[in-house]
Amino acid sequence: MIMAKNISVTIKFWKQNGPKEKGHFDTHELKNIPDDTSFLEALDIMNEELIEAGKEPFVFDHDCREGICGMCSLYINGTPHGKTERGATTCQLYMRRFKNGETITVEPWRSAGFPVIKDCMVDRSAFDKIIQAGGYTTIRTGQAQDANAILIPKQDADEAMDCASCIGCGACVAACKNGSAMLFVSSKVSQLALLPQGRPEAAKRAKAMVAKMDELGFGNCTNTRACEAVCPKNETIANIARLNREFIKAKLAD
Amino acid sequence: MWLIDSSIGRKVVMSVTGLALILFLTFHACMNVVALFSAEGYNMICEFLGANWYAVVATVGLAALMVLHFVFAIILTLQNKRARGTDNYEVSTKTNSDGLLDMGERWASSSMLLLGCIICLGLILHLYNFWYNMMWSELMGNAYTQLPSPSDGYAWIEQTFSQPVFVVLYIIWLCAIWLHINHGFWSAIQTLGWSGKIWHNRWQCIGFIWSTVVILMFLVVVIKFAIF
Amino acid sequence: MKKIDSKIPAGPVAEKWKEYKAHQRLVNPKNKLKLDVIVVGTGLAGASAAASLGEMGFNVLNFCIQDSPRRAHSIAAQGGINAAKNYQNDGDSVYRLFYDTVKGGDYRAREANVYRLAEVSNNIIDQCVAQGVPFAREYGGMLANRSFGGAQVSRTFYAKGQTGQQLLLGAYSSLSAQVQAGKVKLFTRYEMEDVVIVDGRARGIIAKNLVTGKLERFSANAVVIATGGYGNAYFLSTNAMGCNCTAAVQCYRKGAYMANPSYVQIHPTCIPVHGDKQSKLTLMSESLRNDGRIWVPKKLEDAKKLQAGTLQGWEIPEEDRDYYLERRYPAFGNLVPRDVASRAAKERCDKGFGVNNTGLAVFLDFSESINRLGLDAMKQRYGNLFDMYEEITDVYPGDLANEINGVKYYKPMMIYPAIHYTMGGVWVDYELQTSIPGLFAIGECNFSDHGANRLGASALMQGLADGYFVLPYTIQNYLADQAIWPRISTDLPEFAAAEKAVDDELTRLLNIKGKRSVDSIHKELGHIMWEYVGMGRTAEGLKTGIKKMKELQKEFDTNLFVPGSKEGLNVELDKAIHLRDFFTMGELVAHDALSRNESCGGHFREEYQTEEGEAKRDDEHYFYVGCWEYQGADKDPELIKEPLEYEAIKVQTRNYKN
Repeated sequence: MIMAKNISVTIKFWKQNGPKEKGHFDTHELKNIPDDTSFLEALDIMNEELIEAGKEPFVFDHDCREGICGMCSLYINGTPHGKTERGATTCQLYMRRFKNGETITVEPWRSAGFPVIKDCMVDRSAFDKIIQAGGYTTIRTGQAQDANAILIPKQDADEAMDCASCIGCGACVAACKNGSAMLFVSSKVSQLALLPQGRPEAAKRAKAMVAKMDELGFGNCTNTRACEAVCPKNETIANIARLNREFIKAKLAD
Repeated sequence: MWLIDSSIGRKVVMSVTGLALILFLTFHACMNVVALFSAEGYNMICEFLGANWYAVVATVGLAALMVLHFVFAIILTLQNKRARGTDNYEVSTKTNSDGLLDMGERWASSSMLLLGCIICLGLILHLYNFWYNMMWSELMGNAYTQLPSPSDGYAWIEQTFSQPVFVVLYIIWLCAIWLHINHGFWSAIQTLGWSGKIWHNRWQCIGFIWSTVVILMFLVVVIKFAIF
Repeated sequence: MKKIDSKIPAGPVAEKWKEYKAHQRLVNPKNKLKLDVIVVGTGLAGASAAASLGEMGFNVLNFCIQDSPRRAHSIAAQGGINAAKNYQNDGDSVYRLFYDTVKGGDYRAREANVYRLAEVSNNIIDQCVAQGVPFAREYGGMLANRSFGGAQVSRTFYAKGQTGQQLLLGAYSSLSAQVQAGKVKLFTRYEMEDVVIVDGRARGIIAKNLVTGKLERFSANAVVIATGGYGNAYFLSTNAMGCNCTAAVQCYRKGAYMANPSYVQIHPTCIPVHGDKQSKLTLMSESLRNDGRIWVPKKLEDAKKLQAGTLQGWEIPEEDRDYYLERRYPAFGNLVPRDVASRAAKERCDKGFGVNNTGLAVFLDFSESINRLGLDAMKQRYGNLFDMYEEITDVYPGDLANEINGVKYYKPMMIYPAIHYTMGGVWVDYELQTSIPGLFAIGECNFSDHGANRLGASALMQGLADGYFVLPYTIQNYLADQAIWPRISTDLPEFAAAEKAVDDELTRLLNIKGKRSVDSIHKELGHIMWEYVGMGRTAEGLKTGIKKMKELQKEFDTNLFVPGSKEGLNVELDKAIHLRDFFTMGELVAHDALSRNESCGGHFREEYQTEEGEAKRDDEHYFYVGCWEYQGADKDPELIKEPLEYEAIKVQTRNYKN
């Protein structure tokens, strides 16, 4: 059995009351927590201690705690999700990754596209709006043909699956010095562009989603690759190249 | 017009102008190398590219490319600054650099405007050193009042690089250009959508070799005339 | 006693749904434009229902507590979705899926509902593929399948270990299309706090804007709740942190029956609890049981050493391992249904054979499969699960650890059962309508299709079946004559009263101003639930549990501390409301468990078991759906029985042995 060690850390966390308010850092010392505690559980412990002291707890988004819902969104020690080698979300980060006595700085996603709601909770509804602009195939419920009527080569299906793995957490935007949402948009466009079901609307989709992305004020991609370096689901900028291709093709055909 | 009002369109303008400028640099470098072997040969090219109508048209075109590239860079940067928002991160760690080259590449990728500005400053110097004394003089008709003669490009090179200050400035300038086009090359291809999982690495490699060779060609000329 | 009408259509089971659809009332296109439907929840059921209803022409108001519909907890389902496609040519059929589901549910599900579920299962796959869901495929381009517990055919479709995510994103994309078309209005970070009843019909909801803290009124011609299960009453479960049963419990308080609450699914393959600071348990997909073998040591002294940390699992040779599932259930082996596998694990651990420091874990070992197929093949199938396991426990299941007599042993996973899913829920009839007219419940939120135990990969199937293919039809039968009424005004006194009641409740919670945080009380409730209302229940224990819960509730009512105010975002206040309803639900689970003097599926009463420790049903006395009616805050709920009628399937003892 591997026995857990206990460590003590200082959490330096961002407090902000609303999108327009000025924020600041608070600190809290966490003593002797087992290192097999997850980082979010450590924050739970911190909040319990804050509540006990009669203070307001630190607000952050989290939900499934299995790395799939995309809700958690903390910028930890200078990287989104506190980047581990393999690629994981904030909720999959464990205290054994930190050193005893370390100060852990926790910040919200900082981007004009994601205004802060409170503390480290940000508003990512812009992503929904981009999907609403065209991130789908238009089909009516119950009218689809037999699933095996369209054969899809395994390679294409697998690649589409990789693109579809995006959890919409927004780490790409948070890490990008341009506040660009290209990795997110391109992953959706790629998934559907790779599958025969998505082809009929491919041109329309690429144009509509890029237009919406621009309208919402996300930045222009300058290929710095910061997004793919921090993506917890290992989306790559090959998707961005595909989006560019789909978009240019669509525009040239207009 | 999608080239102006969409983010990808603006990037396409950057890519196409950028690639055209890389192509120009390649020709320019090839021309310079001639100076290593033959003064007459080099001067012949200079004469060919002197105040002839096609050379003037090409120069104006080139200037237009430069201006377009530069103006769009400014627009993109301003937009990106706005998209980034006003709050900066307290702690920011650079992630995932596989080695020195990769680090340089990554630094370059996020410092393209800075590099571009250095390149512009160098360009002003360069235009003053050569173009002003050569094509401009010819066009202005003061061709016969100055020394060396505007068509004697070889002499101009000798004169410029005999001064160490210019050698140093040119080497800095060339390094900036190298960093700029090393990233710019594959970035342009990526923006045009001609890349993918497999070709990304290949383009990056091709871009590295291309930009290194071109810059070395320039550099050799500078050093040769500085030393000999 | 009240009589319950489940509105099951007449005729043979295979014809019921066709008959129903042929004769149900429809709403004409013009009238659809006049009708509003509230859908609460955006999981598989909620999102698919909202999308389908919007596309049909209804005006849909769709609510979710997260910042985006795509984050509903359906997204965390890993393994897959069942359908009777028979693509593998292994003898599958609609009837067989129907039969397996009823048998898997220990003969406590409604036949007609389950048959309908099996019938529409194939349409779901077609629908999802058309949406662009990237299901796994074979080299020839056809869809691939894997096996799941409780079935002898491969009928599970999957998208890596992220099937729930992909299906939800499919439903979310259809929903997004309808938002774009203006047919669905989306309200994110909103929580339903109460249902509003006007003249005996559900006519709207009171919802709290979680960001501003304001209570808002919404009216509609029908209300659909798709708000998931109540697993978080146990505090530690595989549910997401935000999962709660407030919407369902409020409906229950307003008169909707709660059915079979004691049927709680305990999933056998979760990562064991590691400490008291833990906030949530992580599931390891059931699909791992395709290639993993579950075992504990044969010798008690080995188990003792494992618990003390002086021996490692990989040091125990083949002959000293007890593959207890293969031993007890030769026909199904490691692929027995979840309730059976969970109980078997508990039985071993209770006897002292547990393998970790707490004695509450068993091994899930891949050595045999790795030796046979290679590590790469395993990684391809379960790579992300192996990684996830390592991230949490620091142990990689594919690491070679030992070699005994030429046999290679790899590091095994340690697993233990945990609360995962609730088969019980809001009572609905064949039309998915609750006992309140105009109020519908779909997905995990209702009780309908899984009986006493749900088979793996059936939750996704049920959620989507309800949302895409059942509710959009059956709700029309209700709405057909509703278009003649003018839109309901939210200024009605019923709305004002409901809003005031919610507001008073918020004030009450804030004004307790005691000492204890919500989580500390919730944790305690969880302990009581797990201890007395968990995997092995006794009449005695259940009574103690109810007593302890009542005491704890008193503590909650008098000593709770909620910081902050009603205005603005207040996470603690929202959690306090959830906890209030977990108390109600927890007691209900205990009451139902106490009244059901038999063992079946997820409900195991230790007094009622065979000599071999299998669940012993009592079909003579308990062959019914237990429906509970709310009687008031201080009174015990009242039981109403809906008798089950089986025509197509002969009820017999569940047998996974041969």
